[in-house]
Amino acid sequence: MTKDECKKVVLEIIADIAPDEDLGNVKPDVRLRDQMQLDSMDFLDIVMELRKRHGIEVPEADYVQLASLDSCAEYLTPKFNALAAKG
Amino acid sequence: MASDFRLHLMKQSQQSRVVITGVGLTSPNGNSLPEFRQNLLNGVAGIGRMEIRYMGTQLAGVCHYDPLKYQKKKELRVGTRAGSISIYCAREAMADSGVNLETLPKDRVGIYIGCTEHGNVETENEIYNISKFNYDTKYWSHYHNPRTVANNPAGEASLNLGITGPAYTIGAACAAGNLGLIHASQMLRLGEVDFALCGGVSESIHTFGIFAGFKSQNALATHEDPKKASRPFDKARNGIVISEGGCLYTLERLDDALARGAKIYGEISGYHVNSDASDYVLPNPVRQAECVRAALRRDGLEARDIHIVNTHATATPLGDIQECEAIRAVFGEGCPDTHINNTKSYIGHAMGAAGALELAGNLPSFDDLTVHPTINVDDLDPLCALPGLVLNQPRKVAKVDTILNNSFGMLGINSTLIVRRFVP
Repeated sequence: MTKDECKKVVLEIIADIAPDEDLGNVKPDVRLRDQMQLDSMDFLDIVMELRKRHGIEVPEADYVQLASLDSCAEYLTPKFNALAAKG
Repeated sequence: MASDFRLHLMKQSQQSRVVITGVGLTSPNGNSLPEFRQNLLNGVAGIGRMEIRYMGTQLAGVCHYDPLKYQKKKELRVGTRAGSISIYCAREAMADSGVNLETLPKDRVGIYIGCTEHGNVETENEIYNISKFNYDTKYWSHYHNPRTVANNPAGEASLNLGITGPAYTIGAACAAGNLGLIHASQMLRLGEVDFALCGGVSESIHTFGIFAGFKSQNALATHEDPKKASRPFDKARNGIVISEGGCLYTLERLDDALARGAKIYGEISGYHVNSDASDYVLPNPVRQAECVRAALRRDGLEARDIHIVNTHATATPLGDIQECEAIRAVFGEGCPDTHINNTKSYIGHAMGAAGALELAGNLPSFDDLTVHPTINVDDLDPLCALPGLVLNQPRKVAKVDTILNNSFGMLGINSTLIVRRFVP
């Protein structure tokens, strides 16, 4: 998985969690909660959906890595790829 | 001096009078009071079919309001159906009252919402959800607790409307709709709040457990025609049709309502709540009659002074007979101007919303002097043959000054509410 593909996966989850938001112009380097209405429960939703849909676990200590699309891609892409390698 | 004192007494008296100034509702046959009323007069039932988890197709009363009228998609995703119904009804009631929410002192507003139950829907959903993950609880939603706390429906309304006064639910089984109104009246009279949103809501059709429970109790209605399935007082009645719905009112003290020139639907003039203390599910006609008589006494009325009696009857074979025994004991003789009806025959049993919705259906009678009937009675059960029962066709009457609204619930909770035509 490329980082761009990873961002797409995260955006798909956010589209379900924040259905009122326009995700057409999300700036990848800006914190997600600074450009849309996301609270701490919504971030827990992102964590839950990564777990449910993709089997990806994000420990609480790493939640900070989900701040922006860029940081999500940095953090999650290796996890997706490790999971894929396991088969 | 004497005249000052009289004025003081009059003012005090007006402050203790509580009036209905707005109605917001959603029922299986209407999403506003005019639509609901018209369908009650036209004999239009709102029962259909619905897929229920584990149980297949069942009869149910489903509401068709537009949840996006007052909520964002995200609110709907995070919240509950009962919360959404509460928000819709509260916003509709506010709009109907003509009060500007922006200028209302929100810390002086109370939200009191009756519920039969709350939390079953979300708990069942979460158990179903984790069943897809081998019952691993790490897949259990972090929204489970805010969705299932008992105050959820009132809390969601407070969030949506920005109300910062007391907002909570009243658990009173199927008497809960009346209890919402009664409790709000008490809080207004005590001066705890200056404005109240109150009534009842139900999301019960979204929990299979309610259906399965009634089915196991042999109390779930069946009929090939959904519109005919809910038939209180009919000899062939065979149980309850479960419905969702909601009805919230705005209540104010009379002096406040008069000061702003509010439209007044009626005055909350009497009520009583008691308990059977005799059985988990079987109603007790002696206690029900006691409840009705106590409400009449509080209002200084005789039985013959009541012009419309709304029955709670849910179409269970025994429950209807028990209630009719209670009604007969109070209104059986010497009440030529008392007319008796039932709303569940149109909308099924809306549980915590039932009492509040049924009252709303009768309120327009103050203006149109028409009593909506009980429909679906093809063969009246002789044990339910009350004098004054209005069957299948609306009845034009000479006078409607008083409505007595009965609502009873499991564990033997009984409630009676009396609303009078407003006379200054």
